[in-house]
Amino acid sequence: MDRIPILRMGQFLIVSIQVDMHDRLALTLQADLAARISQTGAHGVLLDISSLEVVDSFIGRMISNIAGTSRVLDAETVVVGIQPAVAITLVELGLSLPGVRTALNIEKGMAMLREATAGFEEADAAGRNSLSECDDDSAAL
Amino acid sequence: MTVLRCETMPVRSQQDVVAVRQSVRSFAVAQGLSLVDQTKIVTAASELARNTLDHGGGGTARLEAVSDNGRTGVRLTFEDRGPGIADIARAMTDGFTTGSGLGLGLGGAKRLSNDFDLWSRTGEGTRVTITRWK
Repeated sequence: MDRIPILRMGQFLIVSIQVDMHDRLALTLQADLAARISQTGAHGVLLDISSLEVVDSFIGRMISNIAGTSRVLDAETVVVGIQPAVAITLVELGLSLPGVRTALNIEKGMAMLREATAGFEEADAAGRNSLSECDDDSAAL
Repeated sequence: MTVLRCETMPVRSQQDVVAVRQSVRSFAVAQGLSLVDQTKIVTAASELARNTLDHGGGGTARLEAVSDNGRTGVRLTFEDRGPGIADIARAMTDGFTTGSGLGLGLGGAKRLSNDFDLWSRTGEGTRVTITRWK
């Protein structure tokens, strides 16, 4: 089955949606991401949608759900790269993605995530907690 | 109104919805719609195609490149023989849904289009036609 890859970079998860998703693929991504956050103890999710030429109400709801679920799992989400035409259409459609942090590009999004999760980094370093538990690269830590 | 080009596509699966989006995009590009207008009609098409699939039990999408009094545009018709819409006024209200969606589909599609026409009869089916002009 098709899956959108979820990459890990330090305490963040990075997802870049590069395909025109059908609805089930969007739901799978939502579930996969929640599982990965819980597995890795990641504190931030960067969702890059710069390749998406259409965000309809279904995908809009997926984005809101990802941000909401992540928050409940103690992770911040930043959505980056929304195309201007998509932004105009989303608002006219009636979706303004309340409660979802956005940034213009990946660089700004990462800076936003680092700022939002600055406190966690220290706590994790002090407590040597969850991050290393389930990782492939835990031997190196 | 003159129809310059026409294509009918099935709307029977989620993959069909993706295919409809892509074909609507190419119609909109060929008709010279701006990027924002392309995005609006493709998004409206996505909402309506999903309605056809989820609420109408599947149906068809007809894509037409049209011209009228020197203006050009894209006209889309989504048709199903599903249960029909019992209360059209309510179905058009933002936030009202009988499914699992946000209830923005019909109202949103109307806002994203220049012309909007909805026909539905209980037990017979539903037909929605939208046009976006250049």
